[in-house]
Amino acid sequence: MVTSVNETPAVSTSPPTVRSRRLRRVVSTVTAGGLLSTYLSIIVILPVVATIATGVGASPDTTSGSWWPGDWVWHSNFSAFVDAIGAPAAWHAIWLSVWLSLLAASVNTVMGALIAWVLVRDRFRGQKFIESFVDIPFALPTIVAGVVFIYLYGPASPVHVNLFEAWTGLFVALLFVSLPFSVRTIQPVLVAMDRDVEHAARTLGASPWRVTRSVIIPSLVSPALAGFGLAFARCVGEFGSISLIGGGIARTTTASTYIYNLTQGFLWQGAAAVSTILLLISVTVLTGATWFAASFHDRRAL
Amino acid sequence: MKARVAIRLTVAVYLLVLVGLPVGFLLIHTWAGGASAVWRSISSPDAVHAVMLTLETAAVVVPLNTLVGIGASLLIARRRGPWVRVLDVLVDIPVAVSPVIIGVSLVLAYSRIGWFGTALANWGLRVIFSPVGIVLASLAVTLPYVVRSTVPLLREVGTDQEWAARTLGAGPWRILWRVTLPSVKWGVTYGAVLAFLRTLGEFGAVLIVSGNVTGSTQTLPIYIFDSWDQNFDFLGSFAGALELALIAVVVMVILSALQRRERKLHAHSAL
Repeated sequence: MVTSVNETPAVSTSPPTVRSRRLRRVVSTVTAGGLLSTYLSIIVILPVVATIATGVGASPDTTSGSWWPGDWVWHSNFSAFVDAIGAPAAWHAIWLSVWLSLLAASVNTVMGALIAWVLVRDRFRGQKFIESFVDIPFALPTIVAGVVFIYLYGPASPVHVNLFEAWTGLFVALLFVSLPFSVRTIQPVLVAMDRDVEHAARTLGASPWRVTRSVIIPSLVSPALAGFGLAFARCVGEFGSISLIGGGIARTTTASTYIYNLTQGFLWQGAAAVSTILLLISVTVLTGATWFAASFHDRRAL
Repeated sequence: MKARVAIRLTVAVYLLVLVGLPVGFLLIHTWAGGASAVWRSISSPDAVHAVMLTLETAAVVVPLNTLVGIGASLLIARRRGPWVRVLDVLVDIPVAVSPVIIGVSLVLAYSRIGWFGTALANWGLRVIFSPVGIVLASLAVTLPYVVRSTVPLLREVGTDQEWAARTLGAGPWRILWRVTLPSVKWGVTYGAVLAFLRTLGEFGAVLIVSGNVTGSTQTLPIYIFDSWDQNFDFLGSFAGALELALIAVVVMVILSALQRRERKLHAHSAL
């Protein structure tokens, strides 16, 4: 008890100067940033760089066993990229993925807005039950969805709907996996929305439909676009849920399934080339949608 | 009023058909052959091995990515500069990229035909077609979860309390443990749980890097796929799928129960 009175805080014996504190801050930031960059490089960046480089035909001879890319003997073969991309089957797969994903993301953006509206503005029995459905596609592993779909909508369908080896089967699976995105981006905006503006519009004589069209929908465009981008990116790369119902025929081979098939034949260069294109498509759409969403948001704020 | 009911019905039917029907079907139809058949299927050595490998992978991946995720969140939310924005974008890559591409990219970097394969082989390390590859693929796909759920919270709580703690003489580690981390506890937990679920269910990336060797490098999702696709074992795939779905449901229920308890505690302390 007595000693505690005499105890002085460590700081007062040597108060850290502003400069030493700033130095510590810089050192800690650089150390943490460096560690994190190394970690990111190992698990994501280097592999993706290797994929793009291999895709466009750069192949190193690494038999020297060196870690350093500068020590490797590099060969370039851009025509391999052109051949891999130019194959009709590759184009068909990429195109199928793109239009199916656009369609599924569009349907789910509209349905997502309706679902979010019902969850936020409506009150009825069983609402919580309905809401619990929205997150299931997030939590349920894709292959579980795949196995259930191939049985539910396959040749032995208990509900007599056979979508096996048809684009509609892929479409249903994509609708399932991309369901939560738009709901979860639109819902918080609806919750935060100021009801006064709607009431004001109503008092000024606007019909409920007019209020929806001129007040509610414009503020939902930005989150809807963001949700659309996420849903599209998810769909265009989707594999687990559609790998079984597609059935392994050329007509229903999506881009990711096509890449997987190439790896099964050890055609890594081709797999890397198609991966590069698919990567480009999903990154373009995702950043485009995010950018449009942000600019729309800013314009409305003005 | 009529429009409201129509929308309500549309939404209910859409969700019931798209989500309710498949999930209900999985829950009910798995038992068609009897409970003992399901039990025999999930207690087969291959199935048990798949479950164990999946859980072991998660035991490595989730703590590691939670730790890295907290560090990355602190950097992204609390530091400024162009490289922070670059980091922010890079962390999100796995969200934008197909899991199949993640698998292909790991093979092209670390397998024998890949860039660093020869050097790794000289060290006696085998990454691809081994459990190490499975861990690496799971780390890559689950990287964004903790960051995405923690950064917004860090921004929201702000730095006022951290400054207050500092003026009271607390050191940086003490501030981290006593102020910053407790205030974002739920964001971190939520992200870690999502990362856990994703690790359990990851399919595309793991399928490519694991080489799919039954009883050796087969995780539960791949066991489910193989049972259907190669062995025509309908029951095996459905029992595995149910097992995976049940783990997911239990984890989600525990999470929401914890969250409710936390909210109650908060309500008490506010009184």
